[in-house]
Amino acid sequence: MPTEQYHEPPGELPNDVRTYARLCTSLIEEAEAINWYAQRLAVEHDDDAAAIMRDAQDEEFKHFSMDLEYLLRRTPIWREVAQRVLFQPGDIVENGDAAEAAFEAGGDEDEAAPAGSLGIGSLKGRER
Amino acid sequence: MNHLLRDLAPVTDAGWDQLEDEARRQLGSALAARKLVDFSGPHGWEHSATGLGRVETVPKALVEGVTPLRRSVLPLVEPRADFTVARAELEAIGRGAEDADFDSLDEAARRIALAENVAVFQGWEEAGITGIVAASPHDAITLSDDLTACPRHIAAAVEVLLAHGISGPYGLALGPAIYKGVIETTEHGGYPLFDHLRKILDGPLVWAPGVDGAVVISLRGGDFLFECGQDIAIGYDSHDAEVARLYLVESFSFRVATPEAAVALPASH
Repeated sequence: MPTEQYHEPPGELPNDVRTYARLCTSLIEEAEAINWYAQRLAVEHDDDAAAIMRDAQDEEFKHFSMDLEYLLRRTPIWREVAQRVLFQPGDIVENGDAAEAAFEAGGDEDEAAPAGSLGIGSLKGRER
Repeated sequence: MNHLLRDLAPVTDAGWDQLEDEARRQLGSALAARKLVDFSGPHGWEHSATGLGRVETVPKALVEGVTPLRRSVLPLVEPRADFTVARAELEAIGRGAEDADFDSLDEAARRIALAENVAVFQGWEEAGITGIVAASPHDAITLSDDLTACPRHIAAAVEVLLAHGISGPYGLALGPAIYKGVIETTEHGGYPLFDHLRKILDGPLVWAPGVDGAVVISLRGGDFLFECGQDIAIGYDSHDAEVARLYLVESFSFRVATPEAAVALPASH
């Protein structure tokens, strides 16, 4: 079995960390696929072929977004930082710097995910 | 500083980490409703109500010929469970203690999880929340004391859902007493009842404090809607020389979009 997605011996990792690793790898693969389709579309002159690839790339957008949401739900700090960067107007770098500063200061500027939230979110599908 | 006022608490970063880890551990097992219903959010502390997409008529019109309508909303509830931590325990954490006494936090976590479960499954009429059990139009299927009959009851509930066009997979919320009985029981041939029920449902069996008996619900999505404003958080209330008074708080609304998507199976008592 390929184990390239693990940096440490898989047998030493708990189940939830292995699942997390799988989703991280999946996220990377979806981003790669989006990149590949972008390049293929840039050179494709056949409209029908391009339409199929565009449709396939749309699927990868969805997959990437679902992977990311899963990881953010399980990583409260990542989620907190992301909420200050994603879908925010203005300069991306400035938003990133502001997110870092707000987080280091205790995250008191974001009411959606204030410091102190346990970041539990959805547990749907979990049995225990 | 936000509304939780944590900067005023006599708690170090290491102390907050341990308090939060402990709260997550307790809540992870007890928050049964979140394991079975759709979750939206968190939308933030300032999110006050869920839009229902409907209007109601205001009794008095301001101007003749102008229909006086008003949007219908469901206000979020804001459950809060207070707890205390001895300052001596918080100081011990600062010295590296890994066995701090968090009994009061544990109890508060169980209370707030119970409140969330009861609101979702049984309802909270005074707060405008209709629970899954009350909303279900199907006849309840009473569980017998003999749990070896349980597969028949669960299968009957699944059949009711299928007959009403409600597809699976299905999940099963089990009150603690029934849950204990289910995991203890084996059928003829030694087959675990728990595994048999999971095969019938094609979904999870969830330990659900606050549920009377059991509830079978569809997990297909779009039927049961939990809207979270503030996800569960730890806030600061006050402190003295002996204890820090903290609390767990959240805000949410819950509504049933498809009442037919659940069947209640109360315990026989």
